[in-house]
Amino acid sequence: MKSINPILSVADLSVDLGGRSILREVSFDLYPGQLCALIGENGAGKTTLLRTLLGLIKQRAGHALIDGAPARENRALVGYVPQKITFDPDLPLRTRDLVQLGVDGHRLGLPLFSSKKKTAVARALAAVGGEEFADQRVGELSGGQQQRAVIAHALVREPRLLILDEPLANLDFGSANALVALLGKLTHEQQIAVLVTAHDMNPLLPEMDRLVYLVDGRAATGSVAEVVQAEVLSKLYGYPVSVLTHGGRILVLPDAPENADVANMNRCSGHGA
Amino acid sequence: MVPEVMNELWRCLSQSAFLNSQPVQTALIVGACAALVSAIIGVFTVLRGNAFAGHALADVSSAGGAASFLLGISPLLGFLGMAWIAALGMEWLGVRKARERDLATGIVLGAGLGLSALFLYLDVTTTSTTGAAVSVMFGSLFAVSRELIWPAIGASLAVFVLVALLYRPWILTAVDPDLATLRGISPRWMGLLQLLALGLAVAVCALAIGAVLATALLIGPAGAAIRLSRRVAQALILAVVIGLTSVWAGIWLAYESYYWFSGHAWPVSFFVVVLVFLFYVFAMLLAARTRARTNVTYPTMREREN
Repeated sequence: MKSINPILSVADLSVDLGGRSILREVSFDLYPGQLCALIGENGAGKTTLLRTLLGLIKQRAGHALIDGAPARENRALVGYVPQKITFDPDLPLRTRDLVQLGVDGHRLGLPLFSSKKKTAVARALAAVGGEEFADQRVGELSGGQQQRAVIAHALVREPRLLILDEPLANLDFGSANALVALLGKLTHEQQIAVLVTAHDMNPLLPEMDRLVYLVDGRAATGSVAEVVQAEVLSKLYGYPVSVLTHGGRILVLPDAPENADVANMNRCSGHGA
Repeated sequence: MVPEVMNELWRCLSQSAFLNSQPVQTALIVGACAALVSAIIGVFTVLRGNAFAGHALADVSSAGGAASFLLGISPLLGFLGMAWIAALGMEWLGVRKARERDLATGIVLGAGLGLSALFLYLDVTTTSTTGAAVSVMFGSLFAVSRELIWPAIGASLAVFVLVALLYRPWILTAVDPDLATLRGISPRWMGLLQLLALGLAVAVCALAIGAVLATALLIGPAGAAIRLSRRVAQALILAVVIGLTSVWAGIWLAYESYYWFSGHAWPVSFFVVVLVFLFYVFAMLLAARTRARTNVTYPTMREREN
């Protein structure tokens, strides 16, 4: 179900950092119930884009609107899962407490017991399947469980846009697939918009509705079929690239230079093209 | 029956030479303040991974203590003033990364101890005794002036108010500064306020067991409590119990040691620090045992599922 207004609307967004141009005229919209992957290599500008969306960096031109207002004003609508939090194994904090901090972590004064808060925490924990480790210290959890605990922390305020920075880094294949399935479920069941950054789009393909492909601060955006085309990506990279698909996986490769001895390379690697 | 026992107990306590001695009373009160503030602020300091800063503030505050002897002002003010100057110095030198924080802390620590060396030298040359140096560095709880009781209580109350007010933002900042920023909390301000609270705690602690040994009371009970706790509130309570027990038992042992060593009582600070250390070792062993036990049970549970 698409609502008429996008929850996130980015138009001609350009950002400079330290006099260097990091993002150039990035545009895309994200609607509730959509999962969008933000794909790019290190230094492509993914983190800068996220930080701008969160209102932590000011743009030079263009705008990033959350539910029609500047990001800074509508921060409460955004849930954020930062890149790889490392919890000290000795941190005296249960998963339940981490999620509770999502509700009232910014409040002054000592925490008072409230059954309303308790229900909200239980609901967020249930949404990520975290009941089984709710009473364990966060430092004792596996990587995948920690990731889910932080997602519950972000979800507990019922955001309309959930942003995750490299959630799949440091996860094994099994945990990564489980996390992607969870994100898909959250997107559709709670009708929120989810924005996920990653180096590799493949693990996200099963649940991905939109793709923002960043190369050196420029973006190609649309559905996977629209973006992942040799022609579109070659233009983005500025040199010819090929798109290979195999068993439902996608590989983007730069084309071999024209003078390369392809026949010889094939013989060396032991299989033909 | 019960009231009789209570009456008997009260009679014993009110007649005990230990509790009726004025220096002991002062020591018990100032020591309790030191134990409480250091336990509580210590937990947040350890959570933030800031134990080195706590140690540095305590050491640097010795320069303030030494200066207070020269200037004839309250040692509490001396310790506090220097601890706050050092706290601001560390913050100003930059604290963006943990590594930079250690560097800034180390540099401030060096500069502060240099000042301390000068002031203590001047103390010794003007008063021609080493008493000031020993009491600044290692404390002499039985010699704390009665007039310092209320200032010590006041400084402690200020710490309690700060902790109660910033309890949740401090925890969230310790978990992850980015998560805190997004909730409108400035990690930088939280860090600065925490350092100022730490300065207050350090001043009370340095007054009680000396600037150099204040670290023990600041980090020991908190470190032990954190290893044994699953929640921050639990860690706070445990740290207070460990700190208070160490300080009060230390005072009692020092008082009694007068009789053991034929009139040469050993310093209170020594007993307090030894007790804190023993608590910490005990906590380490207990935590290791608990962890070993859970590690053994995990595979068997998994086996049962299969």
